[in-house]
Amino acid sequence: MTAKSKTLSLTQRGFNFEMLMWLFTRLSALAMYALILFAILGALIMGARNQMNFADVMRWGFMPNYTHVQSTDVPDLTPWSTTLWRFTASALLLLASSHGIHGLVVIADDYIVRPRGRLISRWLSIFLLVTMSIIGVYVIWTA
Amino acid sequence: MGLKRNVSLSTALRYKGQGPMLTFILHRIGGLGMAVFVATHILASFLGGEGGKIANNIYEHWSFQVFIFFCALFHSINGLRITLLDLWPRLLEHQREAIWIEWAVFIPLYGIAVLVILQTALGG
Repeated sequence: MTAKSKTLSLTQRGFNFEMLMWLFTRLSALAMYALILFAILGALIMGARNQMNFADVMRWGFMPNYTHVQSTDVPDLTPWSTTLWRFTASALLLLASSHGIHGLVVIADDYIVRPRGRLISRWLSIFLLVTMSIIGVYVIWTA
Repeated sequence: MGLKRNVSLSTALRYKGQGPMLTFILHRIGGLGMAVFVATHILASFLGGEGGKIANNIYEHWSFQVFIFFCALFHSINGLRITLLDLWPRLLEHQREAIWIEWAVFIPLYGIAVLVILQTALGG
């Protein structure tokens, strides 16, 4: 393989908002894998091996909110509702909502081709992102 | 922004892209499913009340769990393949092999989870 020239400036290499979001989608995915792995490891340390089944551990992994282990055999919810887990859950929520809303925009752009429609879908997605993030963080910290 | 395409929706649906196309479609279905689920889940837990209870009953049902776990697990495993191959483009040559590995990871993991969900829900 021949090495690509890296002497071009960033804009000449096609660096724009779409490129930035392309990169963000991949990096946020990597960050979410790390957070999910962290949550699953934490669950195993806190006793999931004997008190939870595989599906329960996965549910906790995808969103480490203590209400997600209420229906399991975990005897004490205190270690599951610490500030550490609330921060982990908030980070996962914010990464997931921005990653997901951008995904919705990408899908919408495949079907909405007129500039006016795209403008509406942009504003709608920004509105959804802001409201969902605020409500979600509120639920995580007050539940 | 003015995008011009000559492909109608019906032609697009008949497009036979095989393995990679299948993962592309499933990735979208998974992403959309999760977006809708997470949004309604957050809203329901925020609003509570009768609507919250109805929503709870829906997504605690085993059939919904089987569906949403498919969305989440496929989207995350397929996403890992996309991320790895995009960040190390030299691996793109082996895309089809990567998709086979992906299924080899997905099927057992998903199978175990579905078994557990069904056992808990129906086995008693």
